[in-house]
Amino acid sequence: MEKNNRATIVLMSGDFDHVFAAFTIAIATLSAGMDTTLFITFWGIKAIQKGNLTGQGFFGKMLGLINRGGLDVIGPSKFNFGGIGRWMFKKMMKDKRVVQLPEMRQTMIDLGVHLLACKTSMDVMEIKREDLIDEVEGIVGAATMVENASKSEVHFFI
Amino acid sequence: MEIKADLVQDSVGQMCPMPIAYLAKNMRTMEVGQILEIDADDEGAHSDIPAWCNQTNNEFLGKEDAGSFFKFFVKKTV
Repeated sequence: MEKNNRATIVLMSGDFDHVFAAFTIAIATLSAGMDTTLFITFWGIKAIQKGNLTGQGFFGKMLGLINRGGLDVIGPSKFNFGGIGRWMFKKMMKDKRVVQLPEMRQTMIDLGVHLLACKTSMDVMEIKREDLIDEVEGIVGAATMVENASKSEVHFFI
Repeated sequence: MEIKADLVQDSVGQMCPMPIAYLAKNMRTMEVGQILEIDADDEGAHSDIPAWCNQTNNEFLGKEDAGSFFKFFVKKTV
């Protein structure tokens, strides 16, 4: 059976629906016994942020303020309407007993996901290692992700 | 169908991907040869559980209609 048992997922978006898709796929590949790496870049960083304010310089602080919060506060890519969409989606998912993002993230961690954060994105957005959840295994560059991807049979970009 | 399960997983009310996540978690705690019963009402489970078995080389023994949900039986073979 073992041809190649690895999966790599690049999560670039920080939108609720995209993060939900990435987490769902990661849980499925992990459940199938695949060694799964989630490489998180740019807006996706929100999915692994603790939720505190970030940024050092003026623009960094502004960005940190506008983009504050972590997994709990992200909205959908469409129909957010200043947070109403997020509330509606959360409620609809709860009513249908679909799990919420924080629980999904914990499930991925329990199943042994490798969380890698993109160094450049963090530098640009002035996000520090301490701003990310402890389970993040490394702050890496594109070459690491490419090496991972080249060894993976399955690859997703979200 | 007369299948005696060693462990029962209650996934009634759960939606994709959670029944599979718990299936994978439970199988880790079990011995080769043991049987896990998954009670699920998610329609996706009908294709997801056999697909999971295929991919992980475990044996899908079959399913049983229990009214409001289905019982799926998986034997740990690896």
